Amino acid sequence: MTDASSIERTSTPPPRPEYFRKEDLNTDFGIVEKPLTFAERLWNHGGLRKSVLLIALAVGWEVYARHLNNALLVPTFTSTIEAFWTAILSGELPGKAMNSLRLLLQGYGLGLVLALLFTAFAMMTRIGNDLLETLTSMFNPLPAIALLPLTLIWFGLGDKSIIFVLVHSVLWAVALNTHSGFKSVSNTLRMVGRNCGLKGIGFVTKILIPAAFPSILTGLKIGWAFAWRTLIAAELVFGATSGKGGLGWFIYEAKNQLEIPAVFAGLFTVILIGLLVENLIFRNIERVTVKRWGMQN
Amino acid sequence: MNQHTPIEAPLLQVRGVTLQYKTKEHLVTATYRVSFDVLKSERYVLLGPSGCGKSTLMKAVGGYMTPTEGTITLKGKSIRKPGPDRMMVFQEFDQLLPWKTVKKNVIFALESSGKMRGRQAEEKALDAIDKVNLTKFADNYPHTLSGGMKQRVAIARAMAMEPDILLLDEPFAALDALTRRKMQDELMQLWADTKFTVLFVTHSIPEAIRIGSRILLLSPHPGQVKAELNSDGEDRVNPATGVKLSDYIHGMLFSDPAAAPEIKDVERVHD
Repeated sequence: MTDASSIERTSTPPPRPEYFRKEDLNTDFGIVEKPLTFAERLWNHGGLRKSVLLIALAVGWEVYARHLNNALLVPTFTSTIEAFWTAILSGELPGKAMNSLRLLLQGYGLGLVLALLFTAFAMMTRIGNDLLETLTSMFNPLPAIALLPLTLIWFGLGDKSIIFVLVHSVLWAVALNTHSGFKSVSNTLRMVGRNCGLKGIGFVTKILIPAAFPSILTGLKIGWAFAWRTLIAAELVFGATSGKGGLGWFIYEAKNQLEIPAVFAGLFTVILIGLLVENLIFRNIERVTVKRWGMQN
Repeated sequence: MNQHTPIEAPLLQVRGVTLQYKTKEHLVTATYRVSFDVLKSERYVLLGPSGCGKSTLMKAVGGYMTPTEGTITLKGKSIRKPGPDRMMVFQEFDQLLPWKTVKKNVIFALESSGKMRGRQAEEKALDAIDKVNLTKFADNYPHTLSGGMKQRVAIARAMAMEPDILLLDEPFAALDALTRRKMQDELMQLWADTKFTVLFVTHSIPEAIRIGSRILLLSPHPGQVKAELNSDGEDRVNPATGVKLSDYIHGMLFSDPAAAPEIKDVERVHD
């Protein structure tokens, strides 16, 4: 070893002088921080960028619809807004939307509770784990709407049938995401939790759920979207299954009367509610949880 | 080993411990009949190359693994499961809960172990954070801290619990050399203040000499005890052999079996 190092040292270039210097403490470094220009700051605003995109899409739609000039195929953006506005003023659209939302929240909430119980059971016992894995792989690919004919026989026309299929559409998506989130919690964090004396339900609520929160949140979003699709589809395909009817029924009726702008207005409402929920609710949950914790950028 | 008759009963007793774990294809024996004692206020270092089962041994002391043979007792009680009387600090930076601030991380340990609540826990936490010089960062989330700071928080969290023994599993291994050196000094300073008992795992010979008051050398595949040495923190030249302690340990760990008798002679000199 000593031989090797001495050989290496003799083959280096000739020595250069060493030097020492003091740090300059009162130098003007010039500009260290440069403020962004007004335009740059505007462009950094995510909401603004998205609004620009939305306006561009609306303009594109208007131009295309006017060029096509066939209100039965594609009504113009302005006539859709008009139909939307009259439906709101008449109280028909808000009422139908509320009906849909009420059903949706019931099905979604029930689905979430069941998913939580299911995954907690799966985390605590091995047979629960097997059960969850088997059931999710069986039922997750099964479209909820395919169950509707059956549930109509079981529960009859009414809220119960719709809530049943909603639960089906939410449960498996949320359970799958939550479960995979739980499984990917780092071993170190698990060991820290057990080191502090946590076990059972305390371990699930204090370690697993917060640590798996990014996946859980994804599950919540997917579940929400699945629930919407199922609900609207159920109303569209099978008509009003409850006496009052929801958004899907509104679209169905408008189509039957060839009021195409109203059909678009119905679709528009679904999109609008989706945007609101995403931007007001999920975005804010993300902001105060996973983003603040540095688990997501 | 038996020539050291302890003045008091050892705090941690490891007796003939064989540890095995299963991978998909193999049954791996990590350590084979390892025995050692840790006395109160000792800084006991487990040193060995990778594959000597030192981390597995640490996990067994932590209660995450049960030995296939032998016993581990802390204060005379057999270790069965993880518990707050043996706080562990890991090598990984992700041992802090990312959803809690520095202060809340320390409080979390105090509260979930049922040791303290509310105001009292908060004061204890702030006190521990102050000891590792992170008071300014008490309300920061872990992702805003550097690696060295995260390890300091983990050490503060473990120390606030006032465990019977502190288990440090290569806590500085993932740090850069400069930070590592600084953290070693800080740990020694903390020890000088409270004289806690530490079990320290490392694969760095200089770190073992700096940190340890007693060093257990383990050989790899499977881990077996090779020697138990004393250290006063300096890498001294032994006047009897003319060999530096670090070179001596290096020789012990990487010697071929044929040279073993020679080394056995030297061992007594070092004891």
